[in-house]
Order: sequence, then structure tokens, then C-alpha cells
Amino acid sequence: MLLRYRGREGMIGWLFHRISGVAIWAFVILHVIDIYLVGGNPDAYDELLAIYASTIGRILEVLLGAALLYHALNGLRIVVLDFWPPLTRYHRALWWAVWVPFLIVGVPVAYQIMAPVFGLPQFELGGGA
Amino acid sequence: MSLSSRSGRPRPLGRSRETVIWYLMRLTGLGLFVLALAHYLILHFLFDPAEQTAAWIIDERWNQLFWRAFDWALLMLVLFHGFMGMRTVINDHVGRPRLRTALLIVLGLLAVTTFVMGTAVVATLPAPGGGSA
Repeated sequence: MLLRYRGREGMIGWLFHRISGVAIWAFVILHVIDIYLVGGNPDAYDELLAIYASTIGRILEVLLGAALLYHALNGLRIVVLDFWPPLTRYHRALWWAVWVPFLIVGVPVAYQIMAPVFGLPQFELGGGA
Repeated sequence: MSLSSRSGRPRPLGRSRETVIWYLMRLTGLGLFVLALAHYLILHFLFDPAEQTAAWIIDERWNQLFWRAFDWALLMLVLFHGFMGMRTVINDHVGRPRLRTALLIVLGLLAVTTFVMGTAVVATLPAPGGGSA
């Protein structure tokens, strides 16, 4: 689809926004159900948590974070362009600019989530049990 | 001024309900930029998923009224934004009228169900410390 339409930044940005949005929506449904279990069936929730904390679960969490971060940053770009139309001249540059905070925030977060899988140290930030 | 957009949906003309939804999608989007990213970063960067057991949520996290209110506000924003977004996706991609109507009905039922489940657990989960802020 990407190749057939030879879409440039505007079209790719739109497609990523739509895919990430649907993915986040699907996770929100799952997340409401799992948190509901904290009240309804705590043991079932803890079993589900073990899956979330597994290697595959952590990979999916990183992907969720990537979808969330892209959708948030590109959404901000949409709002900026909708309310300051003259900036539309620079909509392609703004789409590329989205990837700067995406990487600055995303890389350390991905490391933090994946570190336990590889036995690497995590950032100590006041969390922790 | 042209209302066509190179990025988002064009703003609907006039003072219709669709115009209100167009503005609310942007408003809830800005709210989610703060609340959803903060939520993700707190629970995946400051804390590790392995420690977030049901007991931890009951005793530590939702023992504080502030975090219950935070999470409920986040839920309200994400349900509006997410379900209105999915409504747009269905309207854009499902051409057959009866299938579209059926999917929109299912979507509406799912929205009500998640609203009720999410609100119920935020409001009724016992707080061992009496819900101090």
C-alpha cells in the first residue's frame, strides 16, 4: 500500500496515525478488563501480570509505547497545523521533527523496559518495590 | 481561509454536532498528551511491570485518592477520543451501510461496557488506608 500509492510524508504520517490509534484503542479495552480483575479476581490479574512482565509482554509494551508516543507527537502536529494553517507549508518538516522527541524519549524507555530480559541494570528513579 | 487539512480531518462546516466533536477530539488529544504519556512513563519507566501486583495496586497506588481521580480522568478522555476515533475509522473504511450500522452499534455497546467497568473498579475497589490523598 505504501509503495503502490507512493505516498509521501503526509500520507505515511496519516497511515501511521490510524494504525497506532486502532492499536492503542484495542489495548485500552484489554487494559480496562485487566484492571477490572484487580477488584473482581485479583489472582487472575496476577496471572495476567506475569504475562505482561514476560519477555514477549515487554516487547509488546515497548511497541505500545512506540504507538502511544508517535500518536501523541503526530497528534500534536495535527493540532498545531489545524490552528496555525500558515505552518502547513512546513508539514513535511514537522513530520520528520516528530521523530526527534520520539527517539529522545523512546530509546531510554525501551531500554528500561527490556533491561531485565538481558540482565542489564535499570535506571533507579524512585520506583521499585 | 481554507479548511482543508494536510494532516488531520478537515473541520466540518457550520455549527453542527460534528464540529463540536472535531474540537473535542483535539481538546481530548491535548489532555491525553499529558495524562496518557505521564501514565505510561510512570508505570513503565519509574516502575517495572513485575512489581505491579493486584495487592500493590490496592495497597499503594489506588490507596491514594489523587491517583484514582487521575486514572478516572484519563479513562474518560481515552474513551471519548478512542471511540470517536474508531467511529471515524469505521465510517471511512466500511462502505456497506448495514455492516457499518452493525459495527457502530457494537462499538457503542463496547463504549458503554468499558465506561461502566472502568468507573466501577475505580469507584468501588476498597482502599485499606481509607483513601487518603
